[in-house]
Amino acid sequence: MNRYLLTLALTAVLAGCGTSVKLDDVAVEDRSGKPVAGQAGAAGATGAGATAAGAAGGSAVTNTAIAPVTIGAADAAAPPPAGPRIVLFDYDSFTIKTEYQPVIEAQARYLKADPRRRASVEGHTDERGGREYNLALGQKRAEAVRRALGLLGVADAQVEAVSFGKEKPAVQGSDEAALARNRRAEIAYR
Amino acid sequence: MLLLAGGAVQAQFRVEVSGIGMTQVPIAVAPFRGDDAAPQKIAAIVQADLERSGQFRSIDTAGPTLDETSRPDFSAWRQRTADALATGSVTRLADGRFDVRFRLWDTARGQDLGGQSYAVVAGDLRQAAHRIADFIYEKLTGDKGAFSTRIAYVTKAGQRYSLWVADADGESAQSALSSPEPIISPAWSPNGAQLAYVSFESRKPVIYAHDVASGKRRLLANFRGSNSAPAWAPDGRTLVVTLSRDGGSQLYTMDANGGEPRRLTQSVGIDTEPAFAPDGRSLYFVSDRGGSPQIYRMPPGGGNAERVTFSGTYNISPSLSPDGRWLAYVSRIGGAFKLHVMELATGTATAITDTTSDESPSFSPNSRLIIYATQVQGREALMTSTLDGRIKARLAGQGGDIREPDWAPFQKP
Repeated sequence: MNRYLLTLALTAVLAGCGTSVKLDDVAVEDRSGKPVAGQAGAAGATGAGATAAGAAGGSAVTNTAIAPVTIGAADAAAPPPAGPRIVLFDYDSFTIKTEYQPVIEAQARYLKADPRRRASVEGHTDERGGREYNLALGQKRAEAVRRALGLLGVADAQVEAVSFGKEKPAVQGSDEAALARNRRAEIAYR
Repeated sequence: MLLLAGGAVQAQFRVEVSGIGMTQVPIAVAPFRGDDAAPQKIAAIVQADLERSGQFRSIDTAGPTLDETSRPDFSAWRQRTADALATGSVTRLADGRFDVRFRLWDTARGQDLGGQSYAVVAGDLRQAAHRIADFIYEKLTGDKGAFSTRIAYVTKAGQRYSLWVADADGESAQSALSSPEPIISPAWSPNGAQLAYVSFESRKPVIYAHDVASGKRRLLANFRGSNSAPAWAPDGRTLVVTLSRDGGSQLYTMDANGGEPRRLTQSVGIDTEPAFAPDGRSLYFVSDRGGSPQIYRMPPGGGNAERVTFSGTYNISPSLSPDGRWLAYVSRIGGAFKLHVMELATGTATAITDTTSDESPSFSPNSRLIIYATQVQGREALMTSTLDGRIKARLAGQGGDIREPDWAPFQKP
């Protein structure tokens, strides 16, 4: 009964403080014979702190649990058509250079041969700069290739332009050769 | 397994102090009685928190063991130039939990500034230490401490990408998501319960909202093209996102429960990286409408955009301080990407780092620190900095490359 009253008293104190202390965490028994913060007050300190320490005794400090989620590897992509499917770009550029026109034409022919075929144009950037801005830059490259395919008669519904920004470099490294190979758009088939 | 890093690592980060003339409170945090036998060294965690804040300078505490019941010799501590002293103890309870107690003293005035105690399981000892640091910080600076808040960040280890939720010092990390494809742009909801982020798990960027406690996640935006850059409105009811469904990357607003997005911007170029002002009255974003990427702001429902950055040709990744006074962003200067802080009232901007690949700034909820990603010795790392750039600390954390930090808001009590 005494313990129950003590719990009630603590409840009142805690409610008065307006804290979010969980009462079921107050382990009254555990503290018997344990050091009590209030002793400092007895040693001559002003009392306010001792009261605070007592009132907050057993405050619930919990790291909210985090439930982990794991994603498995995606299914392997279907075999793509033969021929190059990569268009490289100059720094800060979204212009398809004439040397890549044959790549665009070959892929356009493949897509037009079967209107059920679906392609994803994946834009990429080099590693310099912010992730989100690079995502938008890669999108510009992907859109340029999508438009070029459209000009050659590929139906809009067949091609989706997406961006990986700088997240999926073709090659590792920070030299100009590596950067140049990473500024690209890849035509992928599902 | 996941908690191993938190349990085994002791204050791995190093606090760098540059510049002089800072007003710092000299404080002695005495080793807690029982620290040696406890799984975490409470005093060391408290001391590191306080040092990282830039507001405190540590005073040597060599001498006899003290705890919260000790009556300190104030004149001796004054001689050591300590203005404040924290003492405490950590004791294993019969049920296996730990009883952590402390007391804070104003040694200059010989005053007891109060104390607290916590009964916690071993896994929450660090959190208890952060609460103690918050108490001390608030008592001595008058500002609310943010040491017991959380951060989210992404690691890349081999071909595995993981989204983590960790203490504000980078420790006690717990995995929220693990994926073979990249994860970027985590953004805490205003109530700290959900993370919105961009995942490439379906071979394109799509936006998820993820309840971190339950692991339940839902597709928020998976429209044709790319879906990225989620930003929660301060009321948590809507988000602004970047979609390319109509061609270029443009800003759209959508309900937090999903549904049809409404387009906010109508530019021919790139509009992305939305960031709300804390009062919800303006929306900052990055646009290349003027020829180079710059930061603009406009009403949250769309409308006239006003340019905010004028210096340089590459200003990205805006982040607003919760007190509304500061804008952090990344600016390219001579090929280096450097974190800048602008005082919004004056427009004065300062570069605050010596590194060259800074990314993704995010303010602490008390607006006193910025966490950001950068490269240190060829590895991606997370750093915190005071707003003036004088005090920086590299956060400990998982192995591999660490990136994309976002500092969670204060949890509502």
